Formats: sequence, C-alpha cells, structure tokens
Amino acid sequence: MVALQSKDLLGIQALSEGDIRVILDAAANFQTLAARPVKKVPALRGKTVANLFYEPSTRTRLSFELAAKRLSADFINITAATSSAATGETLTDTAKTVEAMQVDFLVVRHSMAGAAHQLARQMECSVINAGDGPHEHPTQTLVDLFTIWEHEKRFEGLKVAILGDHPRSPATISNIYGLKKMGAEVTLVGPSTLIPPGVDQFRVRVATRLEDGIAGADVILLSRVEITDANRLQIPSLREYARFYCLTPRRLALAADDALVLHSGSMNRGVEISPEVADYAFPLLVQQVTNGIAVRMAVLYLLAGERE
Amino acid sequence: MTSEGEYEVSEILSVADTGSAVARMASEIVAENPGADELAVVGIHTGGVPLAERIVAALERLGAKPAATGTVDITLYRDDLSQIGPAPVVRSTDITFDVAGMTVVLVDDVIFTGRTVRAAIDNLMDLGRPRRIELAVLVDRGGRELPVQPDFVGTRVDIERDRIIEVLFGDDGDRVITYPCPAGRR
Repeated sequence: MVALQSKDLLGIQALSEGDIRVILDAAANFQTLAARPVKKVPALRGKTVANLFYEPSTRTRLSFELAAKRLSADFINITAATSSAATGETLTDTAKTVEAMQVDFLVVRHSMAGAAHQLARQMECSVINAGDGPHEHPTQTLVDLFTIWEHEKRFEGLKVAILGDHPRSPATISNIYGLKKMGAEVTLVGPSTLIPPGVDQFRVRVATRLEDGIAGADVILLSRVEITDANRLQIPSLREYARFYCLTPRRLALAADDALVLHSGSMNRGVEISPEVADYAFPLLVQQVTNGIAVRMAVLYLLAGERE
Repeated sequence: MTSEGEYEVSEILSVADTGSAVARMASEIVAENPGADELAVVGIHTGGVPLAERIVAALERLGAKPAATGTVDITLYRDDLSQIGPAPVVRSTDITFDVAGMTVVLVDDVIFTGRTVRAAIDNLMDLGRPRRIELAVLVDRGGRELPVQPDFVGTRVDIERDRIIEVLFGDDGDRVITYPCPAGRR
C-alpha cells in the first residue's frame, strides 16, 4: 500500500523523493495498459474529474481527460471563456459550485500563482494543480522525470540544462524542485533578463552563455519562446534570442553524446530550437504525450485511495 | 513474513501434501483439457504467481506443457479502492499472448470471497475473448460472497472467517499454514 501525504497535488515542492518514485513506478505500470486492446480499467468507476481551465492548454487538458476516462471516471470540462467565470464570478465561487456537483477531483489551470493552493484549502475534493502561472506545474515535471528515467535510468549526478522563457514557462520551478530532489545537477540557461530573481535559493547553476550551460549536459529541457506583452521588455527580438540561445546541431554537439532533448510542446522552430534539432527531438515529444497520460493516471489513482 | 513464535500457528498442508496436491491438480487439468496447445496458465498476483509456476512445472512433467503463461494484477479491477486505505501498489499484468480462443487456467493460492477472481476474470476479458476460463486454487476456505467456484482444488478447509491462511513458497518445498488475525488487521 502506498499513500501520498496530501489529498491534493499542488506542487513538486511538497513531495518527497519517495513520493516521486511511487508516482513514477505506478506510471510505468499504467503505461503497459496503453498497449492493450481495451485501454480502460475500472479503478475510478463512479468518481468524477472536472477540469477547470482559466488558460488554454490543450495538451494538458486532453491528457487529464484521457487519463480520467481510461480509469473509468466521469469527466467534465469547464473552460473560463464559456463559463460563469467570464461574468466575473470569483475562482472560489466557481469551484465551490463545481464541487457541489459531487466532483471528486478538480484539475485547475490558472495564471495566478497559488490559485490551486487557495482552492485546496477551501475544498473537500482533491485539487490538482495543472499550472498556476509562473509557479508550479507538477504533472508536467513528473512526465519529464518519467521520460528521463525511461532513457537514462538514473537521476543522481545527471547534468540537466533548462532553457526557455523561464518566468513564463509553467514548469521551470517544478522542474528545478523535482530534479534537485532526485539528485540531478541543474543549470538554468538564458539571458540575465529571463533568469527569475531569487533563483539562487534553489542551489542551481545559472549560465548566461548557452555554450557554458549545455557543456556536458545529459538532458536539455526546452520550452517555447515567443514575444508577448509580458516579456517584450526582456527579449529584444526573437532573432536576437535565437542568435544566442537557439539550440542548433553545433551547440548540441557540446552536450553529452546522445543527450536527451525534451521540449515541453508547441515548438517554435528557429527560435529556441533549430529545425534540425527539432526533428531530432520530435519523436521524444510524441513519446512525452503518451507518457503524460500514464503519469496523470498514476496521480489520479494514487490520490483516490483513502488517507488515514 | 510471519514470525511463528508470536501466534498459535497450525499447518494445513505439509510440504509433502502441498507437492502431491499440486501434482493432482495438474493431472486433473490435463484430463479436463487434452489439447495443451490451446492451454494458458495465468497466475493472479501475488500468491497465484509462484503457484502457477509450480503447476506449469507439474504439467511439463506430465508432458502437457501449456502453450502460454502469464500473470494478472487485479489492483485496478478491485471493487473496494475507496474502502481500503491508501491505494494499493499497481503491478503490471503480464500477458503477452493473445487470449482469444485460449483455455485460460487462472491460478490463485487461496479462494475466499471470490472477489479477487471476479476482478481477474474482468481483467482477462479486457485482453480478448478466451474460449474458456477455469480456476485452480490450492486452498478453498469457503466464505464466498460471489457465485464463483474453483474447478481444481488442492484442499478444502472449514475455518473461522478471521483466521489468516498463508501459503509459504520456499526453495525446499511449499506448505500452507493458518494463524489468528493479528490485532490491527481486518
């Protein structure tokens, strides 16, 4: 019997190394279901999972939906644009209304850090954080860890470089927590304008030159870089970003042989990743989608057991 | 592992009895299913897995090596997930052959309520359409809560509901013991 300490999954910060291993082990077993003719098991029959998404995130939303359905749970999808949230109802009021429909799991995506934590305190049901702005996105990190484990079979001493628009990338903080807990060495790579303030408290290395950051790296984690209202003062232009930070074959050659390149989705070819490296990384991106369903099944299943 | 000093432990089947019970069950399986080429032996995690290995070995000694073997884990098919405390560990169901058209002998160490077998049958059916499913158990302790009955039985015992029956699998032979339920366990 295994248990997660909390009824909720709000972030990687609150998980122990043991918790993470329990989730990854369970995910490995759920993954074997994907090869079966009937991919559904009755484990969560009678439970209801609700997705409450205030930001678009098709990949995460579909992944939770499929995970819930493969466990035989009932599933409802609420997107802010079409719900009463658009009328100005508060997050708590909307969530309480959803809970009144006897929902067992609430999967929340919101742009504000701490949104899921606030709901978890107010709700009886299990709350899963599917990204709260610049803060945590625990299931994305668990998927990355799962894929890394599949390929590398170790975390201890693994050299991992993280590239991207760190303040906007939903999983950067979760990835740092997760990788550090598992014993990996983490380097955050990017121009100093994109390095979040206070990042030194995580005991990660910071490299403002890509060449320094990825030298000898076993794993490179990438996320999409684009210009938005939020970061246009931090990235002068995509051409300039690409010139210094685009992962090209020549730069990738500085990393360890057969380095794992994991992109979190919707690649901006030619900006954070060159088309050649994108083609090299694409099969893994597809594999991450399959792994994502197994990991989210494991999370839903482990949260469904009664706690003492 | 049970420490035999703490409880009053009694033996249901000795090493010799267990060996002959397994051999008899194997010959009954052969008598019932003459064509070994469509026979599969599948152990139910956890106790059914080593027992299935013993039955397969006994079948081989009779010249009736089953065409396929495998294991099923019923965790995801349980009917009591929200009643049993923390979520049980999920093990993988390892059936690499096509169950369609096969005669599958499900193997478990002890049958009690029948709920485990019900779950294992559901699991098998999700993998395909077996021609027939049979059930082999080493110990039938009665107490059924579902209409599920074994086809091949090592021994039947009449015993109070709160006692534990454990099959101890060992390199130098297997035996079956019983002891009172320790305090704190249901």
